[in-house]
Amino acid sequence: MSAPETTQYRTPLHEIHERAGAQFTDFAGWQMPVSYGSDLQEHDAVRTAAGIFDISHMAEIEVAGLHAAEFLDYALAGKLSAIAIGQAKYSLLLNESAGILDDLIVYRQDDEKFLVVANAGNHDVALAELQNRAKDFDVQVTDLSFETALIAVQGPNALEVLQATAELQAMDAATPIADLKYYRFSYATLHGAKVLVARTGYTGEDGFELYLPVALAPALWEALINAGGAFGLIPAGLAARDTLRLEAGMPLYGHELKADVLPEQVGLGKVVSLAKEGDFVGRSAAENELNPQARKLVGLSSEGRRAGRAGYQLFVGTKEIGEITSGALSPTLGHPIAMAMVDPAFQTEGTEIEIDVRGTRIPAKVVPLPFYKREKN
Amino acid sequence: MSAGKDLKYTAEHEWLSIEGNVATIGITDYAAEKLGDVVFVDLPKVGAKVESGRVVGEIESTKSVGELFAPVSGTVVEANAEVIQAPELVNDDPFGTGWMIKVEVENASVFASEDLMDESAYKALVGE
Repeated sequence: MSAPETTQYRTPLHEIHERAGAQFTDFAGWQMPVSYGSDLQEHDAVRTAAGIFDISHMAEIEVAGLHAAEFLDYALAGKLSAIAIGQAKYSLLLNESAGILDDLIVYRQDDEKFLVVANAGNHDVALAELQNRAKDFDVQVTDLSFETALIAVQGPNALEVLQATAELQAMDAATPIADLKYYRFSYATLHGAKVLVARTGYTGEDGFELYLPVALAPALWEALINAGGAFGLIPAGLAARDTLRLEAGMPLYGHELKADVLPEQVGLGKVVSLAKEGDFVGRSAAENELNPQARKLVGLSSEGRRAGRAGYQLFVGTKEIGEITSGALSPTLGHPIAMAMVDPAFQTEGTEIEIDVRGTRIPAKVVPLPFYKREKN
Repeated sequence: MSAGKDLKYTAEHEWLSIEGNVATIGITDYAAEKLGDVVFVDLPKVGAKVESGRVVGEIESTKSVGELFAPVSGTVVEANAEVIQAPELVNDDPFGTGWMIKVEVENASVFASEDLMDESAYKALVGE
């Protein structure tokens, strides 16, 4: 299916968000809810109870056929042939120079069928790259982005919310939702349609991502909201999603990840499987030693309330030593945090640097990532 | 919009409540909503001279940074210490306790400037 002929896409939940008083923002050509009133409350709900996100803008690409597993081993950085049916894996789409074209989650649905989920902003690039790389393989690459909705339920109460949603029924032979481990998925049904339920997320909390046909998205959203009220579930927008993922030290394409950034620079070296057999796109470049002068991603922590933002420069004395890629006042921690690319001499934990916040120097310290880690039961 | 009819507005989404030569200045509910939850406010000191159109303060939310522009030239005679302590007042009560600064002008005739809109003109600007 080809993309609808509009420049502004709307998710199937647009009217529901409007009724809930959402503010919208343009994100990669999509009208997305940025908040429903208070992004801080939404952030807090996800950390302490549960939040529900519409992330239907994400790109879903199906890879199916006899060579599906071998194809993904060639097209992506990880060894996708090694994952089991019902398992998900975080991976990277690299260019020939091993620069990052996108970060993805790959779900293995069958021996010969995978679902690749890419960022909305990289929909066209990811689809085109996969299609081009598929030429010598017996495999079909199919864009399901505009027929697939994606709803995330995240937070310590996420499991209870799903269990209380009567409309979402377990499928025979499918793993019960409660037994799903992190980065595993199963299926449920909603009004007879199949819903892929994955224990994945982008908030640093326990939670689920639910993939389903767009036509059923409003019914699932309403059912989850109705069942979730008792567990403190509220709708949350992209503003909260951004501060949540930042606290969890999760990279965002266009900020930490770019086509001229190598996986090793941003702590993703282990996502690139040099041990796997055969060639893959980016392999020879990835096998080279990283330039010792290359900047690497670090965490920064500062005091007060004035946050460094993406693009702000970092200094030691008069020397510019790096740049912030994402930054905000951390709602959970109560002080500013940032991720930044810095020169080699300034990457060690405890190093003191200064952030140029619109002309004012603010002291900050290099700290380990992530900034926030949930307590596991 | 909950603002009073007597307020004046700027294209930078500030409001002015005028008494004699002194204008109390804040940002509108429209601006506060667009910014998101405000977490930091920086204001000029009492006694500071401000110039119309220049940035005099900062209003940061979790997701972005907004600037406070001086809508008129004059002297800051009061800055709201409460809003610095509790930046959420900007969202909770933008036309009341979330006010920012009071500026005294030399001649109250500047308040008749065409750059300052009445409520209906401002509503038209923000599409309400």
